[in-house]
Amino acid sequence: MSKDIRIKKGLDLKLKGEAAHKVAQVTRSKVYAVKPSDFHGVTPKMVVKEGDNVKAGEVIFFSKSDEKVKFVAPVSGKIQEIKRGEKRVILEILIAADSQDVFVEHSKKNPNDLSTEEVKAHLLASGCWPFINQRPYDVIANSADTPKAIFISAYATAPLAADVEFVLENKLEAFQVGIDALAKLTSGKVHLSVKGKGKSIFKDVKGVSMHQVYGPHPAGNVGVQIAKISPINAGERVWTVTPQDVAIIGELFLTGKYNATRTVALVGSEVKEAQYYNVISGAAIEDLVGGKIAGDNVRIISGDVLTGAKVKMDGNLGFYSNTVTVIPEGNTYRMFGWMPFASPSVHSASRTGLSWLMPGKKYAPNTNLNGEERALVVTGEMEAVMPMDIFPMQLLKACLASDIDKMENLGIYEVAPEDFALIDYTNTSKLEAQQIIREALDLMIKEVG
Amino acid sequence: MKFLRDKIDQIKKPFEKGRKFEKFAPAINALDTFLYVPNHTTKHGAHIRDAVDLKRTMITVVLALVPALLFGIYNAGYQHFIQIEGSDMSFGNLFFHGLWKVLPMIIVSYAVGLGIEFAFAIFRGHEVNEGYLVSGLLIPMVMPVDLPLWMLAIAVAFAVVIGKEAFGGTGMNIFNPALLARAFAFFAYPTFMSGDKIWVSDASTIDGVSGETILGSLAQGKEVAYSTMDMFLGFIPGSIGETSTLAILIGAFILIATGVGSWKIMVSGVIGAALTALMFNAVGLTALMNFDWMNHLVVGGFAFGIVFMATDPVSAAQTDKGKIIYGLLIGFFSILIRVFNPAYPEGVMLAILLMNTLAPTIDYFVVNGNIAKRKKRLAKSKQLKSA
Repeated sequence: MSKDIRIKKGLDLKLKGEAAHKVAQVTRSKVYAVKPSDFHGVTPKMVVKEGDNVKAGEVIFFSKSDEKVKFVAPVSGKIQEIKRGEKRVILEILIAADSQDVFVEHSKKNPNDLSTEEVKAHLLASGCWPFINQRPYDVIANSADTPKAIFISAYATAPLAADVEFVLENKLEAFQVGIDALAKLTSGKVHLSVKGKGKSIFKDVKGVSMHQVYGPHPAGNVGVQIAKISPINAGERVWTVTPQDVAIIGELFLTGKYNATRTVALVGSEVKEAQYYNVISGAAIEDLVGGKIAGDNVRIISGDVLTGAKVKMDGNLGFYSNTVTVIPEGNTYRMFGWMPFASPSVHSASRTGLSWLMPGKKYAPNTNLNGEERALVVTGEMEAVMPMDIFPMQLLKACLASDIDKMENLGIYEVAPEDFALIDYTNTSKLEAQQIIREALDLMIKEVG
Repeated sequence: MKFLRDKIDQIKKPFEKGRKFEKFAPAINALDTFLYVPNHTTKHGAHIRDAVDLKRTMITVVLALVPALLFGIYNAGYQHFIQIEGSDMSFGNLFFHGLWKVLPMIIVSYAVGLGIEFAFAIFRGHEVNEGYLVSGLLIPMVMPVDLPLWMLAIAVAFAVVIGKEAFGGTGMNIFNPALLARAFAFFAYPTFMSGDKIWVSDASTIDGVSGETILGSLAQGKEVAYSTMDMFLGFIPGSIGETSTLAILIGAFILIATGVGSWKIMVSGVIGAALTALMFNAVGLTALMNFDWMNHLVVGGFAFGIVFMATDPVSAAQTDKGKIIYGLLIGFFSILIRVFNPAYPEGVMLAILLMNTLAPTIDYFVVNGNIAKRKKRLAKSKQLKSA
């Protein structure tokens, strides 16, 4: 059974610097990093010390709240430094890489021959578990749960996001095995959503409930798809995995190795030649981006422009990142830029600019806030980019007031911060919607669990 | 341009954190941000942001008000000369007379209102919100041209302090501040807000002026001396900005085209008023009931109210469905009050204020529909599980 997903509300931001369909290798970084901040809500308990030698796929820390959830080294090498911040919070674990990886060898397995518990144990032990996220709350899945269903969105609609179909073109076998493994984990179905227009390379994937997705961003957001296919009720758990991670899971079963290599799109208006690169997660940003960008006053984002995290040139690629975006910093003044129809180079989803008259135009936005934070005045604009059956402004207000009952009633379990990313972008009052939702979800974890 | 920017940065130095005038930073920032969009960059969430901000939104409304304002100024002069001087005057003379009357009102309104807004911003330590840019222009436009400036000032102070800041400032107010100012003046100084002497400037200086509004004379059972075209174009006595439906329609077009004003409220408001008026036309017992439904739409403050006041997003219903109900009811009550209460011929003001109080209730029911749906879904899934 499949159900098409058609969405009207939303916004496709057309930006300059789309990746050409070419893949290149990136020189091996000297130092790789694992950042606990990539795993929201996880407090790491270290297993290794500075100076220890680790193999690729060897456990370096586990989650304090769920000891079964382990995090592994992406490369083999020596633990160079465990960087700590205030109150000794672990910021990142730096691994000085060997010239060639030595892997932890797991046995090759066919998930179809395994029981649910065996698949689970294998994913936990190999360090692949963190690829599985849960809704509600948008955190790493609890290994004790059995989810209602598992959702995979193989259609990325975020601005300049890596093209899933291109990235996984040659990894379909691993992808299928990954799907088989995931199917063991749920009592329900594995839902795979693919692009509606044109022919999808995933059309022959077996063991899934396939959905064709049509419409503007955030149609590709897994949360929007869940809301259309089978909305989450209070108390229910569903899991989500991104397609590249499904392939990594599949590769684990096929080869017995945890291979953290992924194909990352390097995009954005400041990138000289936007294209794809094969790179191991945690690699130095310098090795991926260095020498490939035009300006020097830029922001490098691990992820897309709406939901990614800011990284420095001497920082490292995030655990989940499939896209690295480089855009100009916007720390400049714009004279009379607030006038209606002024600054045609700055896109506006509202009709107070000229953008709506030039639907095909591509923009090179910078990081300027384009105004200052103000009280909530304008209504209706949030609803225009929220395809879920949710009252976004009312929910955000309930979140700001920490009114748990109301948040529950208005659908907090159905949303993740990324679903509010376009509201971050379009809202007149410059409200930080994603941050508000993230804090509200954290409150719910604490109060409801 | 670099020179100007440097100069401003230099002026702003003493207002920085930890410096002498730190507390007054909101005031200087408000002025600076009118010249330049500041260099603030995104810190959380989405890294890029839309070009629209509250300043741009508010200025769009001000632009939409300009046609009605210009006509209002002209009409103030026109009414004065045809009623009192009785001679043909040049366009320039008419306009200048209007300007002479209206400009001081605008200046007083902005000076008093923005003064209070700045004071509250400094006192509370937040930036100055742009909302008053619109309210400050709306208030003089809904007043009679002869209203003494001190009364205007008091009405403005009341609207901003009691109507807005007491509730927590911009975005928190329950009532439309501009309408509140008018309602305050209306009940506090009734002799200056209604009657037949106040709508034409200097009318009180001589006797025998037919300076009544159309609704006022209808309420007294008199004949209407104006054609529908006069009413539509606006060559009639009335509050400064309300008379020309044509100029207001231009404003409505700007608001709808830019998406700043809710077309849902405007359209449903017009439909609500038209249906109610048609209903009364069918009954037809009094002069006001018999007043043609089309004339109802073009006369008095209805058009101005529904386009510029009812669409104030803060005091209106906030949900899409709610906006339609809200608009319909404003239309309905406007005509109802006009027809049944001759003491308040200007029904639209009271209708909007009434609906301002009811808007949260409308939204409550709309949002509750969504909540009920969610609860039903939960109950159903529980049932399935236990079965």
